[in-house]
Amino acid sequence: MNDLRERVFIITPAAIWETEVDVHYGWWLPPNIGGDNAQGVDRLIYVVHFFMAVLFVGWGALFAYCLVRFRDRTGISAAYEEIKAKPSKYAEIGVIVFEVFLLVALSMPIWASVKTKIPTGSDVVTVRCVAEQFAWNFHYAGKDGEFGTTKATLVGTENPLGIDRSDPKAKDDIAVINTLHIPINKPVVIRGTSKDVIHSFFIPVLRAKSDLIPGMTVPIWFEAKKTGTFDIQCAQLCGNNHFKMKGQLFVDSSENFSKWLDEQAASAGGEEEEEE
Amino acid sequence: MAESHAHHAHEPQDAHGHGGDHGHGHPELPFWRKYIFSIDHKVIGVQYAVSALVFLFFGFCLMALMRYQLAYPSTPLNFLNGIFGERRWQSGFMTPDFYNELGAMHGTIMVFLAIVPVLVGGFGNFVLPLQIGAPDMAFPKLNMMSYWVYVPGGLIMLASFFTQQGAAASGWTAYAPLSVIAKNGETLWLLGMVFLITSSLLGSINFIVTVAHMRARGLSMFRLPFFVWAQLVTSFLLLLAFPPLEAAAVLQLMDRVAGTSFFLPSGLVVSGSALQVAGGGNPLLWQHLFWFLAHPEVYVLILPALGIVSEVIANNIRKPLWGYRTLVYSTIFLGFMSFVVWAHHMFMTGMGTTMSTFFQATTMIISIPSVIILTCLLLSLWGARIRYTVPMLFALAFLPMFGIGGLTGLPLGLTTSDIHLHDTYYVIGHFHYVVAPGTIFAVFAGIYYWFPKVTGRKLNDFLGKLHFWPSLIFINMVFMPMFFQGMAGVSRRLYDQTQYHSGSGVHTLTQISSWGAWLLGLAQLPFIYNFFASIFVGQKVSDNPWNATTLEWAAPSPPPHGNFAAEPVVHRGPYEYSVPGAAQDFSPQHIA
Amino acid sequence: MTMGLPCEVKAHPITGIYNGKFAVWLFLASEVMLFGALFSALVLLRAGAASWPHGYTVLNVPIGTLNTFVLISSSVTMVMAWASLKVHDFAKGRQYLLWTFLLAALFLGLKLALEYYPKFQAGHTPGHDNFYGTYFVLTGLHGLHVVGGMIVIGYFLWPGAHLWHENPEHYTNRIECTGLYWHFVDLVWIFLFPTLYLL
Repeated sequence: MNDLRERVFIITPAAIWETEVDVHYGWWLPPNIGGDNAQGVDRLIYVVHFFMAVLFVGWGALFAYCLVRFRDRTGISAAYEEIKAKPSKYAEIGVIVFEVFLLVALSMPIWASVKTKIPTGSDVVTVRCVAEQFAWNFHYAGKDGEFGTTKATLVGTENPLGIDRSDPKAKDDIAVINTLHIPINKPVVIRGTSKDVIHSFFIPVLRAKSDLIPGMTVPIWFEAKKTGTFDIQCAQLCGNNHFKMKGQLFVDSSENFSKWLDEQAASAGGEEEEEE
Repeated sequence: MAESHAHHAHEPQDAHGHGGDHGHGHPELPFWRKYIFSIDHKVIGVQYAVSALVFLFFGFCLMALMRYQLAYPSTPLNFLNGIFGERRWQSGFMTPDFYNELGAMHGTIMVFLAIVPVLVGGFGNFVLPLQIGAPDMAFPKLNMMSYWVYVPGGLIMLASFFTQQGAAASGWTAYAPLSVIAKNGETLWLLGMVFLITSSLLGSINFIVTVAHMRARGLSMFRLPFFVWAQLVTSFLLLLAFPPLEAAAVLQLMDRVAGTSFFLPSGLVVSGSALQVAGGGNPLLWQHLFWFLAHPEVYVLILPALGIVSEVIANNIRKPLWGYRTLVYSTIFLGFMSFVVWAHHMFMTGMGTTMSTFFQATTMIISIPSVIILTCLLLSLWGARIRYTVPMLFALAFLPMFGIGGLTGLPLGLTTSDIHLHDTYYVIGHFHYVVAPGTIFAVFAGIYYWFPKVTGRKLNDFLGKLHFWPSLIFINMVFMPMFFQGMAGVSRRLYDQTQYHSGSGVHTLTQISSWGAWLLGLAQLPFIYNFFASIFVGQKVSDNPWNATTLEWAAPSPPPHGNFAAEPVVHRGPYEYSVPGAAQDFSPQHIA
Repeated sequence: MTMGLPCEVKAHPITGIYNGKFAVWLFLASEVMLFGALFSALVLLRAGAASWPHGYTVLNVPIGTLNTFVLISSSVTMVMAWASLKVHDFAKGRQYLLWTFLLAALFLGLKLALEYYPKFQAGHTPGHDNFYGTYFVLTGLHGLHVVGGMIVIGYFLWPGAHLWHENPEHYTNRIECTGLYWHFVDLVWIFLFPTLYLL
C-alpha cells in the first residue's frame, strides 16, 4: 500500500506489514494444514459439492432436453394430461436421504468435535485472544501456565489487554499484538473474546473460524501439521478498518516455539531474566 | 355468496361523493388524486414498481462504485475527489468509511426499497386484485398509505448519505455493538426501517383480507393462480416476521439515543476508553431478533418471484403446470418453516451442538419444498409446446439460476462446511444467485409479461432479447467467481481484499467480477430505452396478447378504475391450456 | 372509506366477518409478535443479568394496581359502548365511549405523574440499567398504544361521529374494531403488570 493511504486513513494500533506466507493461495480451497477437524471440513465441502454438481447436471440435462424437444413447432400440440413422474419422486427421496447422510455422518460429528471435545492436558497450548478495532491481542500464560487477571480499567495503549501486573500469576504473562505463535502438532485452544464490537477469528488454512463476541468467551481449537507463516483474517464487519485487521500465524517447531516463548518472557520484564 | 359479491362491479366513489352505480360514468379526478395520491390499486402498483426500479438502479450504482475499489484498490480516480467530497473520496481513493456506507446501503436498498416493494407493492398490487377478479384492494386508502409511508422511509435512507457523518455503515444486518457505537447515519437507518416496516405491515394486512374476501364468484382457493398463493404466503411472512425487527429497531434506537444497553455487555472498551453505559446487555439478542425477521424475509424475496415465474411458464408451455396443489402446499410449508431456521445465520456465534443440530435439521428440511417447487416447474416442461417469448426467456433462466442459489445454500446450512465458508464471498455468491439472477430475472419476466396489461402496448421483442442474453452472461460473470473467492477464504465486506493473501490470490477473479458488474449495467440500457419508448410507441396489442387464461387478461388493457366491465365469474382452474376438445389451446377462467 | 366494496360492512359468508374486523385481527397478530419479541428480549436479558431487582422492590405497585383497574374498567365501558350502539342507542354509546376516553387519560396521567416523573427525578432513567431500560421500553410502547387508542376513540367521539347518522351499522362496526384493539392494549398491560411489577 502506498504511503499516501497510510497517511490518509487511520493507522491501526499495530503496524501493517507486508508479509510472506509459505503456502499458495489460489482459486480454490487454500492448502489445509489442520488436524482431523480441518480435514473433516474439507471432506464435507467436497462431498457436498459433488452432490450439488450431480443434482445440477442431472436437472440441467433434463432441462436442456425439454427446452429443445418441446420447443414450439408446427404440428406439435402440448399434452394436457399430467405425466406420471415416478423418477422425480425417487430423486426427491434420494435428495432427502443424502441430506440426512450429510448431516448425520459428515457434519454433526465434526461439529461436535469442534465445539465439545476441547482438548485438555499438559501438552495443550492455551492462548487468550482479545479482539479490538482493529487488532488481535494474544495473551499467553507464560511459565506458570496460569493467566493473570485482567481489568477493563487498566486497558491502555501500553497494556491493551489490561493485564494486572500486580497479580503474581500475571508476572510471567506474555502479551503480543497480531502475532500468534503456536507449536506444530500440538492441540491449541484459543479462548476468544472481544473488547468492543463483534469480530470473527478466521484462519483459512486451518479451516477454523469463530465470532469473537464482547461479553462472551468462545473456545476455538485446532492443530497445525505444517510449520510456516499464515494469515489470520477478520471475517465479521467490525468498522472502517475491518480490511486491515490482519494477524499472522506462525506455526513453529517445538524448539522454535520454546525459544520464542523465552524471548518474549525476557523482553516482558526484568524479573524473569534474573530467574534464568 | 352471490349476494355478497353483488357489489363487484361498483365503482369506487371519488372525493365529491359521486359514486356511480355502474360502469365508467364518474367524473375525472384531479391529476394529483388520480396519479399521486391515488387509491386505485393499479396506480399504486405502478408507483411502487417505478419507485422500486429507481431504487434498484440506485442500489446497483452504489455497487458499481464499490466494485471499482475492489478491482483496482491502488489505482486512484482523482476526478471523483471533487464530486464526492473530502469525507468520501480522498486523493483519488474511496475512503473505507464510504465503502462501508455503500455496502450497508446497497443491501438495505436492494432488499427493503427495491425487491420487496417491486414484488409485493408493485406486482402484488397491480396483478393480484385483477387475478382474483376484484374491483380493487379491500382497503384502498390503506393501500395508498402503505405507499406513502414507504416513500419517506426511502427518502430518509437516501438523505442519510448527505448528512455530516454519512449513511449507516454497519452492514444491512446492523449487528450490535458496532451499530450502537456507529455514527448518526445508523439512527436514520433505524428510523427509515420503522417506516418501511410499517408500510409492509399495512400492505400485508390488505393483501390477506383482499384474497380472503374479494375473490370473484367461483374462484375457490384451489382455482387461484399460483401467483396469488405466493403473495398470500408472503403477506403472512411480512405480517408476522416484521414486528420482531420493529421491536429490535426500537431497542437499538434506545441504545443509541437513550443510553440503554440492551445490546451492550458490561466492560466494553472502545478506542482505548471504557464505554460509559450500564452494560449487562447481549449482542446476540439483536442477531436473534434480526434473523427472526430476515430469514422469512428471504422467502419474501423469493416466493413472489416464484409466483411470477410460474405464471409466465404456465402461459408459455401451453399446458397446465405440473402438480399445482403440490406447489401450493410446498409454498405454505416453506412459509411455516421459514420461521424456524433463522439461527443458521448464527452458527459461528459460539453456538453449541444442541441448537446447531436443531437449526441444521430445519435448514435441511426447508430445502425439500424448494426442491419440490423447482421439480414441479421443470416437469411442467415435459410434453409442452414452449413459446420462447421474452418473458419466458427470463422465467426459464430463473430456474437454473435459482437452482444454483439454492444448492449453494447446502454447504452453508451444514455447520461443518459453514466453518470455512461463513462470512466469505461464498455467502455473497449464494444469496445473490437467489435474488439477482433469481428474483430480478423474475421481475424482468413479470415486467415483459404484464407490460401490455399496464399500458396496452407490448415491449419490443428484439430489444428484449438484446437485454436478456447479455444480462444472463454478465450476471453469471459477476457472481460465479464469488464461489471461488469464498472457497479461497476471502472474507466479506473487505474494503481492500488484497491486504490478505487469500484476496490477492483471487484478485483476477475480483476484477472479472467487477467488469461483469459494469457490463451488466450496460446490458440494461436496451431495457431502459425499451421501457420508456414502448409506453409511447410500443406495438398496440389486444386485451389478451399472450392467449392467457387467468382473470387479469379478462379486463381491458389498461384496466379502467374498477377493473372489469362486468363482474367476472370463474368456471375452472387457472392453467387450462390445450384442453382436449377445446376450440383454442387456452380456456380462460371466466369463459363458461 | 365510503365506497361500495364487498364485505365492507356486511360479513363475508365464509369467514363470517367484515373486512375491517379481519384486518384488525391480523393487525393484532402482528402486535402479538411485536410484544412477544420484546417479552422474549426481557426474559433473555433478565436470565443473563448479573443482578436484576424484583419489580415490587423498585416500582410503585399500588399505582400499578390502580392503573390495572382503570384499564380494565375502560375495557368494560368500551364493551358497553358497542353494546349500546348495537341496540341503536347512540347517546348512551357515546357516553360510554367518552368514559373509555377519560379512563385512558387517567391511566396515562397516573403513569406519567406518579411513576415516570418520580423515577426520572430519582435518576432512574432508561439508561440506568437494563431493568429500567426494559421497564421504560415496554410500558412506553404500551403507553403509545394507549395514546393511539385515545386518538381513534377521540376521532369517533367527535369528528367521526357523523358516520352514525349516515350508516349506523358501519359506525358500530368501527367501534367494535376499536374495541378489539382496546382489549388487546388492556391485555398487554395485564401481562406487563405481573411481569414487571410483581416478579
